[in-house]
Amino acid sequence: MSGVNLEGIVKAYGPIQVVHGIDLEVKEKEFVVLVGPSGCGKSTTLRMIAGLEEISDGALTIDGRMVNRVAPKDRDVAMVFQNYALYPHLNVADNIAFGLRIRKESKEHIAESVEEVGNILGLTPYLERRPADLSGGQRQRVAMGRAIVRRPKVFLFDEPLSNLDAKLRTQMRAEIKRLHKRLGATSIYVTHDQIEAMTLADRIVVMSDGRIEQIGSPMELFLNPANTFVAGFLGSPPMNMFDATITAGEQGPVAEFDGQRIQLQKLESLANSEGRKVKLGIRPEFVSVADQDAPNLVKLDVDLIETLGSEALIHAHLMGDPFVIRTNTVGQMNILNGISGFTIEPHLIKVFDAETGQALPGQVLEQ
Amino acid sequence: MHPAIQGLMTIAFGVGGCVGYFYFSNLLVDKVIFPAKGEHIARNIRRANIVRPWLFLAPALLALGLYLAYPVVETLRLSLTQRVPGGGYEYVGLDNYRQMAGEGKFWEALQNNFLWLLVVPAASTAFGLLAAQLTDRISWGNIAKSLIFMPMAISFVGAAVIWKLVYDARPPGTEQIGVLNAIYIFFGGDDPQAWLTIPFWNSFFLMAVLVWIQTGFAMVILSAALRGIPEETVEAAIVDGAGPFQIFFRIKVPQIIGTIVVVWTTITIVVLKVFDIVFAMTNGQWETQVLANYMFDKLFRANDWGVGSASAMVIMLLVMPILVWNVYNARREMR
Repeated sequence: MSGVNLEGIVKAYGPIQVVHGIDLEVKEKEFVVLVGPSGCGKSTTLRMIAGLEEISDGALTIDGRMVNRVAPKDRDVAMVFQNYALYPHLNVADNIAFGLRIRKESKEHIAESVEEVGNILGLTPYLERRPADLSGGQRQRVAMGRAIVRRPKVFLFDEPLSNLDAKLRTQMRAEIKRLHKRLGATSIYVTHDQIEAMTLADRIVVMSDGRIEQIGSPMELFLNPANTFVAGFLGSPPMNMFDATITAGEQGPVAEFDGQRIQLQKLESLANSEGRKVKLGIRPEFVSVADQDAPNLVKLDVDLIETLGSEALIHAHLMGDPFVIRTNTVGQMNILNGISGFTIEPHLIKVFDAETGQALPGQVLEQ
Repeated sequence: MHPAIQGLMTIAFGVGGCVGYFYFSNLLVDKVIFPAKGEHIARNIRRANIVRPWLFLAPALLALGLYLAYPVVETLRLSLTQRVPGGGYEYVGLDNYRQMAGEGKFWEALQNNFLWLLVVPAASTAFGLLAAQLTDRISWGNIAKSLIFMPMAISFVGAAVIWKLVYDARPPGTEQIGVLNAIYIFFGGDDPQAWLTIPFWNSFFLMAVLVWIQTGFAMVILSAALRGIPEETVEAAIVDGAGPFQIFFRIKVPQIIGTIVVVWTTITIVVLKVFDIVFAMTNGQWETQVLANYMFDKLFRANDWGVGSASAMVIMLLVMPILVWNVYNARREMR
C-alpha cells in the first residue's frame, strides 16, 4: 500500500507558477522515472514529495495518508541527492547511521543495520573513512546506503548519477536497478537523461514546462509517443521529424513533401483530409536504406556516414533539416556506400498534427 | 609650507619611493647584475629568480625587524636591568620579576586576565554564532548584521565612553541617565548603584564592552562560514529527520568548527592585550586591573621600566602559544 499519489499538484513562487497541476499515481514497489529537459519542474515535483518544497495546491498522499502539511521526517521518505550531500564531518558508518540516531534507535539495531547496508553496497572496507577520502562512485553508494538503511516507504532520487563519469554511471545504473529488485521499494527517480529513464523505469513520466506530456512504460513511450515533444525526447538519436501535406493516393493517404511522396497507413483520422498539414516522425532505426532503383524511395542528401562497427549512423538532410538513419552494417556496406535514400513501411511512420503536435489517434505499434 | 602640500608631498615621495625601489632594484638585478644574455644566460636567470623575492621582501622585513623584533629584544633586556641613578643601566637578573611577583596588583591583573580569557572569547563567539544563524534567512537580516557589526568600527576608548554612560550613576532621587541604573530602578531596585565600583562583578561589566565589540567580528566570519555549508547536507539532514536544533548542532556547527576555533583564538589574543577599556573606565581600580594596564602603570606612571618590561614579557609569553595555534588553524582553514 505504500504508493504515492499526486493530485493536481501545483508549485508557485509568488505569481509565477512552475508546476501546473500534476496528476500521477505511483503504485507500491513501482519504479517511476520523471524525465524532461532542465527547468521542466521534475526536481521541484520530487522536492515537494520529499517535503523540501511547500506544495502550493493539490493533494499529496503517501501510503493513503495526506501529507501536504506533514514534516519531511514524518513522511517516511528517503532521498538521494545529486551532489551526494554526505555529511563531511562524519565517517561512512556515521553518515549511514545519522538518520537512525536522530530517530533514537537502539545501539544494537543501528550497528546491525549499518553492517547490513555496508554488505549490500560493498562499503564494508570503507566504513571508517570520511567522504573526502572516497571516490565518486563510493560516495554515491554511501548516499544510497543512507537512504536504504531507514527502510523508508518511498525512495526519491534526484539525478543521482549526473556527477559520475560515463562508465561509472552505467555501472551504478545497473546497481540501482538491482537494488530496487532486491528491496522492492517504491521509487521515484528524476533525471534528464533519457537513457537512464528508459533502462530504469517501470513507467516513465515525461515532463516539460511544468506539465506531464505522457506517462507510460518505456517501450510504450518509445513506440507510441503522444506528441512531438515525447517523440523528440526519447530515443537516441532522436526521431526525425519533417513537415508534409496529405493527399489521397490509391492505397490510402499519401504524404507529400519537397516534391516527393510517401505512403501512409490508413487511419480514420486521415480520411478526407487532403491538404491537411502534418508532421511526420520517423525513428532512425525504422527505415531500410536503399540505393537508386528501389521502389517508393525517399531521396536524401547524404553528407556523412559514421561506421560504428556493427551499426552505422547516416547523417543526411531532408528539406534542409537533418535526418539521421541508424542501420546495421553487416552485409549492407555495398548499399551504404551507394545510398541515396530510404524506404519505410507505412505503419512505422508517426503522423502528428502540424499545429498541436499531438499524434493522430489510431496509430498503435505493438511491442 | 602649507601642511596640506607637505602631506601631499610626503605621500608622493613615499609611494613614489616604493614604486621606484621595486622598479629600479628589479631592473638592476635583471639588466646589470644577472643579465639575461651572454654565455651564462640560464644560470643568470635562475640566480635572478632566487634573489628577486628577497629583494621585494626586504623593505617589509626591515620594517618588521625595526618595529617588532628589535622592541622584543630590547624589552627583554630592559626587564633584566634597572636604571642607575645619574644615568646608565645595570644588570639585575630576575629581580624585576621577583618584585612583580611580590605585588598583589600583579596577581590581581593575572587573575582578571584569566577571567577575561574565559568569558569574552566564549561569549563573543557564542553570540556571534547565534547572530549569524538567526540573521541568515530573514529579510532584514542584513540590517541586523550591520547593526551588530557597527561596534567594530568604534575604537575601544570610544566604546568605553559609551558604556561608562550606560553604567553611570546619579544621586538617588534624580533622574538616572545610565541605562542600567534606569532599568534597575524601574524594576524596583532601591538606590542607584555605582556598578563599576562593585568588585568582582565590575570586571564583567567591563567585559561586556569587549563582547559587544567582538560579537560583530565573530558574526561576520561565522556567517560567511555558515553560508559555505552545502545546502544539500542540510536538506539531507531534514529528510533524515533532524530538527532545527539537531541540524544546527550536529550538521552545521561540526562543518564550521575550524572557523569557530580561528575566531575564538583570534578574540583570545585581543583579550590578552586588552588595555583601553580598563584604562578608560576604571583604570584598574576596584580590583579590575589587567596585565596590559598594569604594564602601562609601571612603564609610564611609575617610570619603572624594569618591572614594566617584565610584565610585557609575561603578556608576550601568554599570547605566544595561542598565536601559534591560531596561525596553525587559520592556515589549515585556508587549505
